Amino acid sequence: MLLEEYIFAGFGGQGIMTIGQIIAYAGMLQDFYTAWIPSYGPESRGGTANCNVVISDEIIGSPHTHHPNGVIVMNAPSFDKFEPMMASGGVLVVNTNLSPKRSERDDLSVVYIPTADIAMEIGHPVLASVTALGAFAAARGVFDDAHVEKGIDWALPARHKDMLEMNIKAYQEGKKAAEAQLKTATK
Amino acid sequence: MSDERVFMKGNHAACEGAYRAGCKGYFGYPITPQNEVTEYMSAHIWEHGGTFIQSESEVAAINMVMGASATGTRAMTSSSSPGISLKQEGLSYIAMMELPMVVMNVVRCGPGLGNIAPHQGDYFQATKGGGHGDYRLITLAPNSVQEMAQFVYDAFNLADKWRNPAMVLTDGTIGQMMEPVDYTTMPWMDPPDKSEWQLDEFQEGRERHVLTSIWLDPADMAVAHEKLIEKYERLKREEVRYTEYLTDDAEVLVVAIGSPSRVTHSAIRILRQEGLKVGLLRPITVWPFPYSAIREYADSKHVKAILVAEMNWGQMVEDVKLSVLGKKPLHFVPKHGGLTFTPEDLTEPIREILKNPESPNTLWHVS
Repeated sequence: MLLEEYIFAGFGGQGIMTIGQIIAYAGMLQDFYTAWIPSYGPESRGGTANCNVVISDEIIGSPHTHHPNGVIVMNAPSFDKFEPMMASGGVLVVNTNLSPKRSERDDLSVVYIPTADIAMEIGHPVLASVTALGAFAAARGVFDDAHVEKGIDWALPARHKDMLEMNIKAYQEGKKAAEAQLKTATK
Repeated sequence: MSDERVFMKGNHAACEGAYRAGCKGYFGYPITPQNEVTEYMSAHIWEHGGTFIQSESEVAAINMVMGASATGTRAMTSSSSPGISLKQEGLSYIAMMELPMVVMNVVRCGPGLGNIAPHQGDYFQATKGGGHGDYRLITLAPNSVQEMAQFVYDAFNLADKWRNPAMVLTDGTIGQMMEPVDYTTMPWMDPPDKSEWQLDEFQEGRERHVLTSIWLDPADMAVAHEKLIEKYERLKREEVRYTEYLTDDAEVLVVAIGSPSRVTHSAIRILRQEGLKVGLLRPITVWPFPYSAIREYADSKHVKAILVAEMNWGQMVEDVKLSVLGKKPLHFVPKHGGLTFTPEDLTEPIREILKNPESPNTLWHVS
C-alpha cells in the first residue's frame, strides 16, 4: 500500500501552497488518490504557511497529516515545528538559505539545499520553492518527472507561462543537488 | 474516474456543480473558510449567463436569493457558521413561501465568532429548522470534493422537485481541500419550468401568482402548515440517502458525516487488518435522517454497539439515539475547538468497545 503524507512549510509567498498542489496533481496523473489542504488558520496570517498533501493507492481518509513521511521546510520556524513530527524513514528537504539547523535524527533521509542560491543562479528568487520540490522528488522517488512537469505547467497561471522553462530548470537543478548529496551519503 | 478529472478545491467544485445545474444567481458575502465560493462565483458565473452580487451583508444576500428564486431562477448563497446564523430569518420565510433555492454552510467552529477551523456545531441548526417556525431544509452532507460538486447539483434538483430550500452542510476541511473531480455525472442542465407559480409579468386572464408567508387567520395558517407537513412527511419517505462501508458483519457500527467520516474510513481499514469487524454508515441526507436504516442495524444480531463521531459536543448522536431506541449501547467520540480527528482517536475507543460494548469511557448518557 502506498501512503504518502507530506507537509510543505515556509513563509507566505514562497510558493509553498503551489508546490504542494503540483505534487498532488502529479499524484493524480499517476492514478493515485490525492488530496491537498492548506493551513488556513490564524498561523497563515502570521507569515508562516503550510499545506498537507496525501497521496495513496487507497481512498484517502483525512487530508490532514500528523506524522508526515515527507517534509519540505523553507524557513527555520518550520524546521522546528515539523522535523520532530516526522515519521521514521521520512524524507526532509531543508532550505539552508533560511533554515541553518542540521537534523539530529538518524531515522530520516535529509537533504540540505540552498534553494534561494540555486533559484537566483537560474534567474528568479520565486523559483526557490520549485527547486526544493525537485530535491524532494529526487529524495522521495515516487513521481515521474513528466507528471511533475505537467503539474508545474498546470499550476502556472496563463500570465506567467513564459516562466515555464525556468521553473522546469529549477525543478531539475533541485533534483541534481539532492541526487549529489544522496550519492555522497550512501558512499 | 474518467479522464475528465480536474484537480480542484471543494469550494470551487461546489460552484461548478451549481453552474451545471443551471444556477444563474449567486448572492453572498465573504467569510472564511468559504471565501473561495464568493471568489469563484464573482469570476466565473458570468461565463454561464449568471449574475453575481457581493451583498452588503448576509441578511441582504439571503433576501436577494429569495427574490431571484421567486422569479423561477435557480439561485444560491453560501457562508460559514456566523454568516449562516444571519441568514436564518430569510430561510424561514423562504421555507414558508416554498421557494426552491440552495444554501451552503462550510461550517467553522462556534459559538460566536469562534474560529475558522473545521467544525460540525451547526448540525442542529441545519436539520431542525434553524430559523423560527416549523419547517425543515433538505440537507445534504458531502465528505469529498467530488460530493461538494455533486451535492450542490443534486440540491438544486431536490429543491425544485419539492419546492423547498435545500442546504449543503459541509465543514472547513472539505471546503478547503483539493481533490480530483469528475463532472461527467453532472450534465449541463436548464432549470425546470416553474411557470405554474413563479412571479413574472402581468398576463391577461391568468390568475395572480402570490408568494407569501403570512396567514393572519389561524384557520388559514393551519391549512398552509398541513400542506408543508404533508410535503415533509413525503420527503421523509422518499428522499433518505446514505452509504454503507463494510457494515454487513460489523460488530461496531460507526455513524459519521463530513470529514470525520473520512477519518472513520481510515480507522476501519486499520481495524479490519486486525480482524476487527467495524463498519460505517454515512448519512447523505441528514434531513431527512436515515432513522430506519440505523434502526435495522440496532436490531441486527451482529451489531454489538453503535458509535457516533462528531466535531462537536454531541448533536447528530441525538438523531442516532432516536434510531437506536436503546436497543444497543450508544457511544460518542467528540472533537472540540476546531481540532480534527486522527484515525487513532477512533481506533482506540472502538477496540475498547469491542472488548466491552458497555465501555463507560465513551458511553453516551442522556440524563
